Amino acid sequence: MISVEHLTKCYGDFMAVDDLSFEIEEGQVYGFLGPNGAGKSTTMNIMTGCLSATKGHVRIDGYDIFEQPGEAKKRIGYLPEQPPLYLNETPLEYLRFVGEAKGLRGAELERQVAEVVEQTKIQEVKHRSIAALSKGYRQRVGIAQALLGSPKVIILDEPTVGLDPLQIIEIRDLIKQLGQTHTVILSSHILSEVQTICEKILIIAKGKLIAFDTPDNLEKQLLSPSEIVLTAEATPEETEEILGVLEHIAEIQVEAQETGYVRARVKTDGTDIYALSRALFFAFAGREKALLEVNLKKANLEDIFIELTEKTEEPSAAPAEPVEIEWVESEDEAE
Amino acid sequence: MIAVFKHEIRSYFHSLTAYVFGAFLLAFIGIGAMLYNIQAAVSNFEYVLSFGSLVFVVIVPVLTMRVIAEERRQKTDQLLYSLPITTLQVIAGKYLALLIIYLIPLAIISVYPLIFAQFGDVYLLTSYGSIFAFFLMGAALIAVGMFLSSLTDNQGLAAGIGIAVILFNYYSVSLSEYVSSTAAGSVIALLVIIVALGAVIRYLTRNENLASGICLVLLAAVLLLYFIDSTSFEGLLPSIMTQLSLFERFKVFVNGMFDMTAVVYYLSVIAFFLFLSVQSLEKRRYN
Repeated sequence: MISVEHLTKCYGDFMAVDDLSFEIEEGQVYGFLGPNGAGKSTTMNIMTGCLSATKGHVRIDGYDIFEQPGEAKKRIGYLPEQPPLYLNETPLEYLRFVGEAKGLRGAELERQVAEVVEQTKIQEVKHRSIAALSKGYRQRVGIAQALLGSPKVIILDEPTVGLDPLQIIEIRDLIKQLGQTHTVILSSHILSEVQTICEKILIIAKGKLIAFDTPDNLEKQLLSPSEIVLTAEATPEETEEILGVLEHIAEIQVEAQETGYVRARVKTDGTDIYALSRALFFAFAGREKALLEVNLKKANLEDIFIELTEKTEEPSAAPAEPVEIEWVESEDEAE
Repeated sequence: MIAVFKHEIRSYFHSLTAYVFGAFLLAFIGIGAMLYNIQAAVSNFEYVLSFGSLVFVVIVPVLTMRVIAEERRQKTDQLLYSLPITTLQVIAGKYLALLIIYLIPLAIISVYPLIFAQFGDVYLLTSYGSIFAFFLMGAALIAVGMFLSSLTDNQGLAAGIGIAVILFNYYSVSLSEYVSSTAAGSVIALLVIIVALGAVIRYLTRNENLASGICLVLLAAVLLLYFIDSTSFEGLLPSIMTQLSLFERFKVFVNGMFDMTAVVYYLSVIAFFLFLSVQSLEKRRYN
């Protein structure tokens, strides 16, 4: 569907995108994940023809975005980071303009506009001025614009930034819905979001692709050693004694709780976590100590993300950038 | 292109711009007609147009300042880039919309000579010849204004530079009498112009070698010519200033002649600045 080959973009000496190559297949939801400034927006801008590349190719359905931009762009709907809206217009006027620019005319134009208005649920605001709409609605109008002309691929750059939690859930549901009929690529620096929406994840840091897999596989491959948190009816000394004889344990932390129970964190050395959990169960049972709670802590994407980006940052002397993992960003409207 | 054109026309009538532009143009021409044709009872409508042409200094930048600068500020230029239309179509659509906004008051003005003809002898040929030239001059100034708007995302700056450029163009003939007419003075002025041209080429193409190459060739040619035949440079600077003046060319029509070279000049200015606007928009993709 989309193939990106050796894509490179330099701004002077700064490499925003560094030899990026990947293939996007039809009918899935892809997530671009990376910290701010990783090159996500730059890559998306190049893929949609908004920006030139220093080197490399992008092909949409076989059409090169630089050599046959007309054909390639017909197959893409793009929502940039800041929705490109004419504030003095109503959503309906705006969508008609975009539809016409995408080559729709007459009845077909009206049909598609009505369809995307329906799909993005902007029915009740379609006659209001865009300037008077909330951020969530503006984002919907932006998505509606991308859907016009029934493109095969929808590219959304940080579609949930600056929205409130309720709006975020609504937009996510909308994206999931779109994923059933379109190939969707979205970018985000919010890990939980990509984890819930996307079927495939591309992790980008410093312009390089550092991982490309399903969320489950990423977890499996990259962070198998994990930990077990347990609560037991025993003293700290007894717990340490029981745990001390078990194999495959990398690290133990034991602390007494105010309730009289003990809580322990057990890190495995990378073997099957269920085998360890089983061994723990029988060890405590053998000493007639009750296990009140056993929690298998599965690694989540945040851990993977931090581990991967740290790996790529190690060789350079530059200070590690703080990885943003908050899920609601402060509103930063320019007006 | 049609989509952009319709969109632009609608947005002009949504905002005050089209009305302000039309009102000022009509008011100025109206005052001129009252002074010349009615009070002084002159039967030449072209003098009114000559009087009214000064209003372009203000109304053209006001009309054109937002045309591209606003797209940049609102980040809607990203939409235009991602749509399956070319930059040329965007510029052509926008320019045609501006021309229509300009043609509406001009159509009203075109009726004036006919009205005056009811009450006396009016030289209709020269009147309509001048109206045609007036249209071309305005169209050329609008192309210049559009290019200036494409250079910045600040409407105010675009308007300010526009006013300065058009005002300079308006007075360049009067100023040309005061600049040095010696050969050396002309050469120095030419060198400055060539360096400025090189800077513009470099800005638009981001190609240092191309810009400096063109610059060096032109500089060498000028210096060579100067050493071979320095007399040909005498009086060159004032004559260039006069030649470049869009307003001076219009005066020929006012004086009752239909000057084909002026028509060609206006059309080339329009084509040149539309080309520059396309390049300027295209350049944003290559930054």
